Amino acid sequence: MLALPAAILLVVLVLLPLLFVFGLGFTDYRLGSRAWSFTGFANYEALLSDARSRNAFLHTAMYVAIVTPASLGFGLAIALAIQARKHFRRVYEVIFFLPVTSTFVAMAIVWQFLLHGRIGPVNQWLEAIGVGRVDFLTDPGIALTALAGIGTWQLIGQTTILFLAGLASIPSDIYDAAALDGMGRGWDRLIRITLPMLAPTTLFVAITTSITAFQVFDSVAALTRGGPAGATDTALYRIYQEAYRYTEMGAAAAISVVFLAVIALFSLAQLALTDRRIHYG
Amino acid sequence: MTHAAAILPANPASSEGMRPALSRWFGALGGHAFLIALAAVVLLPYVWMLLTAARAPADIFADPFGLPTGVEHLQANVARAFDTVPLLRFMANGLVVVTCILFLQLAFAIPCAYALAKGQFRGQKLLFALILTALCVPIQVPMLPIYLALAKLGALDSYAALIVPFALSPFAIFLLRQQFKSYPDEIIQAARLDGFSEAEIVMRLIVPSARPVIAAFAVFSVTAHWNDLYWPMIVITSLDKATPPLGMLFFKDGDFGTDYGALMVAAIVTVAPILIAFLFAQRQFIRGLTMTGLR
Repeated sequence: MLALPAAILLVVLVLLPLLFVFGLGFTDYRLGSRAWSFTGFANYEALLSDARSRNAFLHTAMYVAIVTPASLGFGLAIALAIQARKHFRRVYEVIFFLPVTSTFVAMAIVWQFLLHGRIGPVNQWLEAIGVGRVDFLTDPGIALTALAGIGTWQLIGQTTILFLAGLASIPSDIYDAAALDGMGRGWDRLIRITLPMLAPTTLFVAITTSITAFQVFDSVAALTRGGPAGATDTALYRIYQEAYRYTEMGAAAAISVVFLAVIALFSLAQLALTDRRIHYG
Repeated sequence: MTHAAAILPANPASSEGMRPALSRWFGALGGHAFLIALAAVVLLPYVWMLLTAARAPADIFADPFGLPTGVEHLQANVARAFDTVPLLRFMANGLVVVTCILFLQLAFAIPCAYALAKGQFRGQKLLFALILTALCVPIQVPMLPIYLALAKLGALDSYAALIVPFALSPFAIFLLRQQFKSYPDEIIQAARLDGFSEAEIVMRLIVPSARPVIAAFAVFSVTAHWNDLYWPMIVITSLDKATPPLGMLFFKDGDFGTDYGALMVAAIVTVAPILIAFLFAQRQFIRGLTMTGLR
């Protein structure tokens, strides 16, 4: 009885809508139009043949392929550096965590100025050291990487904290035993003990970060709107455009189903690992 | 580490006497230098944000990181931001939306999590399996039909459209169920013998015992929905219903696009509530936002 209200909501807000999305993907339904028909797999075939949809997934994959290793690498390096400090550990943690809490649209305006092709200070610095100007957000070859850089800035705090927790859970007698066996405290110890012991943490952080990165939307909406020339069109932004701008619900549903399949796969893996980690902290 | 330190000097192989202490000192110096350099990059946008809010918009282009010369520009920027944009309205909208969402999420999740953790009913296994399934679903997918339903009901562009779709948090149910499971059955039995109703057991025993987890979830939920842009962008079209991020977007893309002084005042006002809460409750925040890699 106690579970009934939540169970009803689960059906109304998640399960029925999911079934509906699957169904919608086989139609040519447009919002506001009365006539619609079943079109079988036409939306999915279009997904394969339409360069925009294909590119949206390609861009999302590229974005994830930059953000995930970058946030993992920086997060691990920062966590190792913080772990080795005696003083100011808390200060560093708080600083690196700030972007995780900050409203992204507000910070996007700052990044837009900092990275601006003409007036941005980053470009002034790049020019001063002889690299020359980079049109971070308006050059189709660079924009996605720039967004990935901003995405990494946002996620480092999260990966750092997760790695710190992972480091704290390595039993110290392993290090003591290694020291007795004459192992040095530097790279040797890092490569032969710390990193292998962190493997489960690393897997969990990689999956969690990928799931977040797959859902990139705010930076695209606030900074590039999919541009320049479609170079930063991502899966979620594509869904947004098709469904709520062009009202092509059938097409949007088909993209949503593929999007769902990818994220669900990663989430299942995460869930399998979460059971053991949920009481962290 | 203490063991190693005690043993190392006696080890004949290490003839380096002074070296460990010295190299450790350099190691610490290098470690701090590394962290400070990265921290500076992370903080750069915040520094520019604060400086710009206090400077004349025209000065920003010549010297982006110049220091403010007095308070008069700050006052002018604040005045322009609050005069032209309903900033306080956005904040109030944000507050209403995140409070209602959190209240509904907990009101539905707590009884359900208790039933899943301690009760026995038909379909219990199925319900939990469905909750786990829902955990793997990105929120944007079921939102598509929900949008259609809201459109049909004529409920778009309303507070209800911002709140109701998030009333159920599978994550809250999952998290609280794990927590409630560890509550001792004997105490629940004893409370029942003392005449406690199930509602009393939940509200007076179970919920207080799970306070840290509830706090962590509250942080997660409030932060996620205060900062959410996707859903407000879809369902809200009028300025007076906009949440802070959507308001920022209107503001940025509107006439104010290059008035960085006023824009940064608005940005600070938008970011500040969560940021200040974070500084006061760092532990709960870090816990809430990392423990919950799941959405």
